[in-house]
Amino acid sequence: MLTAGIDIGSISTKAAVLADGRLLGSRVIFTGYNSEAAGKKVFEELLEELGLLASAVRRIVSTGYGRSSVKFVDKAVTEIICHGTGAHFLNPLVRSVIDIGGQDSKAIVLDEHGKVKNFAMNDKCAAGTGRFLEVMANALEADLDGFGEMSLKADRPAGISSLCTVFAESEVISLIAKGESRVNIIAGIHESIAARVSALANRVGIVPPVVMTGGVAKNAGVVKALEKKLGVPIEVSPFAQVNGAIGAAIIAAGLR
Amino acid sequence: MSQVLLYLLAKVKKLILHFKKQNKMKEIMTVYYMEAKSARVGGRKVAWITSGGPVEPLIAMDVIPVYPENHGAMIGASKMGVGLCETAESMGYSTDLCSYARSDIACATVNGGPIGGLPRPDMLVCCNNICGTVLKWYEVQARYFDVPLFILDTPFCHVGFAQEAKRYVRKQLDEYINFLEKVCGKKMDHDRMKEVGKLSLEGQRLWQAVLDTTANRPAPMSAFDAFYHLALIVTLRGTPVVVEYYTQLLAKMKDRVAKGVGAVPNEKYRLLWDNIPIWPRTRWLSQKFAAHDACLVADTYTSAWCGTMKYIDENNFFDSMAEAYTRIYLNIGVDEMARIVIGMVDKYRVDGIVMHSNRSCKPYSLGQYDIQRIVEKERGIPSLMIEADMVDERSFSESQVATRIDAFMEVIKQRKS
Ligand code: SF4
Repeated sequence: MLTAGIDIGSISTKAAVLADGRLLGSRVIFTGYNSEAAGKKVFEELLEELGLLASAVRRIVSTGYGRSSVKFVDKAVTEIICHGTGAHFLNPLVRSVIDIGGQDSKAIVLDEHGKVKNFAMNDKCAAGTGRFLEVMANALEADLDGFGEMSLKADRPAGISSLCTVFAESEVISLIAKGESRVNIIAGIHESIAARVSALANRVGIVPPVVMTGGVAKNAGVVKALEKKLGVPIEVSPFAQVNGAIGAAIIAAGLR
Repeated sequence: MSQVLLYLLAKVKKLILHFKKQNKMKEIMTVYYMEAKSARVGGRKVAWITSGGPVEPLIAMDVIPVYPENHGAMIGASKMGVGLCETAESMGYSTDLCSYARSDIACATVNGGPIGGLPRPDMLVCCNNICGTVLKWYEVQARYFDVPLFILDTPFCHVGFAQEAKRYVRKQLDEYINFLEKVCGKKMDHDRMKEVGKLSLEGQRLWQAVLDTTANRPAPMSAFDAFYHLALIVTLRGTPVVVEYYTQLLAKMKDRVAKGVGAVPNEKYRLLWDNIPIWPRTRWLSQKFAAHDACLVADTYTSAWCGTMKYIDENNFFDSMAEAYTRIYLNIGVDEMARIVIGMVDKYRVDGIVMHSNRSCKPYSLGQYDIQRIVEKERGIPSLMIEADMVDERSFSESQVATRIDAFMEVIKQRKS
C-alpha cells in the first residue's frame, strides 16, 4: 500500500512516499507565502518524479505549521508525533529526538515502541530555531549551506549572549565591525543555538541514543556544538530533513 | 442631594429588574459596581484592595471593596488590554510590569475600560501575600488619588509558618483595624466582624464544594466555568449574597452530576490548569480543548480563594485570619505548591497538566518547571507549558499555542490508547 506524508513547515515543505513501510522517495521545496500551494506542489512533484498517479496513494497525512491548510489529506497530525514516529522508523533504538525547525525547536523522548513519552518546545522566542540561523546568515552575507563546514574551522568561537534574534543580529554586526573572523562568529552562533536547545533537551530529560532531525541537522556545526553541550553523541540520518514527512506517511499507513 | 439619591436608587432598582430576567451573576456584579460608583451619594466609603487581601474587616465596616485585579481580568476578557497596556507604556511603565497593574494604572487616568474606570477610592489596602508588584502599584495609585494606603506585610513561607511570622501578621491586623476606624471615623463592631467571618468561611466552603463536583466523571463544569463563577468569592466574600449564589450553583452542579451531564459533551480526557487564565482567550481555549474531548476539570487558580480554610478557626476568624492570609498558594515554597498540585491530580483524576507560563505574573510562573518535574516524577503524567499573558494579547501567538495543544493532546491520546 502506498501512503504519503506532507510536512509543511514555516521555511520548507517536505513530502515522502512509502510503499508498505519502505521509503520510495522524498522531496523538499521552499514553502513561500502560500502553504496550501506548497503542500500541493511538493506532492505533485514527488509523484511525477516517482512516476506515480495521485490515485495510487491510499492515504495521506499532513503535519507542520501548514498541516491544516491542505484539504486533500486524510488527517493532520502535529510534528511531535510525526518526528517521533519517523525517527523510530529510521532507527528503532532511538529514545530521544531533537528537531530544529524554521520557527520551532523541540525535544522529544520516546518509549521503546516509538510512542512519545514527553516533549518540550521552545517558548515564543525564535532564538534557537532555523529562522535565527537565517537572520544571522543574512547579517554575515554568507550562504547558510556553508555554515556548518565553516564553523568547524573556528579556533575561538565568539560569544553571543543575547537571546533576542534582533539583538543577536546587532551583536553579530558589531563583531564584524570589531574584525572578528567569520568562522568564529559562525561558531559562536551555533553555540548560542546549542545553549538554547540543550536547555530544552535537559528540561524534558532526554536519554540516549539521541537523533537530530529537521533541516538544521544538516549543519554539522550545530550538531557538534549540541553534542558538546549535552555531552552525548548525536546521530543524524541522511533523511533528517524529511523525517517528519516520513513519520506522517507511516501514520497514514496505520489509519483505518 | 436626596433627589439624586432617589434617582439613583430608582435606577438601581430598574437595573435589578432588568437583570433578574437575565443572569444572576451579571445582576449581582452590576448592582455591586453601581453601588460602588454611587457610594459617595449613599455616604459609604470605597476601598481598593488586592485580590489576596483580607476583605472581611472592610465588609464589617460597611466599606465597599473594589478589586483592581478583578477589573484587570474584565479588561482582559473584553480584549481592551493591549490598548490600555500601551497607554501605560507611553506613561513610562515597563512592558515587564504585570499587565493588571499596567491596565489599571492606565485606566485610572483615562477612565476607560469596559466599565468606564473603577469608582474612586477613599483608601487603599494592599497585602503583599500575592506578589511584590502590588506594593509599588498601590503606592502609585495612592499618590495619584491622594488617599491613605494600608500595607499588610505577610512574610513568605518557604517552609512552614513560624510563630514570629504569626505574631507579626496578627499585630498588623490591629493596625489594619485602627487604620479603618480612622479613615471611616467610626469604631469597628466586633460582633459584626464575627458574623462577616462566619459568612466568609461559609462562602469558601460552598465554593470548595462547587469545585469538588468536578471530581465526578463527566465533570459538570470546567475550569472555564469556574473562572466565571469565581468573581463573587473574590469580590464579595463575607456577604450573604455569596452564600446564596454558591448554594444555588452547588445544587445546580449536583443536579448535573446526578443526570450525568458534562461540561464537555464527550469527556474523554481530564486536565488540570495552572496559573491565571488567559482572559482574552478563554473561549478559544475552551473550544480548542473541547474539540479534543478534553475537559479542564480543575485549576490551581480558582481554588486559591478557598485553599487556606484549614487554618481558619470558625470561632475566631479574626485571629486565625493572620495565618490563613499568609499561607496562600502564591506565598509558599515550590515544594508545598507541588504537594497541592499532586493532591489535585489525585482528587480530580487528571491525565495531564496545562501550565500557563504567565509573562505578567512572576510569583505564579516561577517554579512551574520544578512543579512539572516533581509531578511528572511522582505521578507520571505529562504537562504542557503555554507561554502567554493573562491580559496582554501581544504575548499570545495562536498558531504556536494551537500546535502545542494539538501535540499535547495527541501524546495524551497515545498514552491512553
Ligand atoms: S504580579 Fe501576579 S499576583 Fe501580582 S498583581 Fe500581577 S497578576 Fe497579581
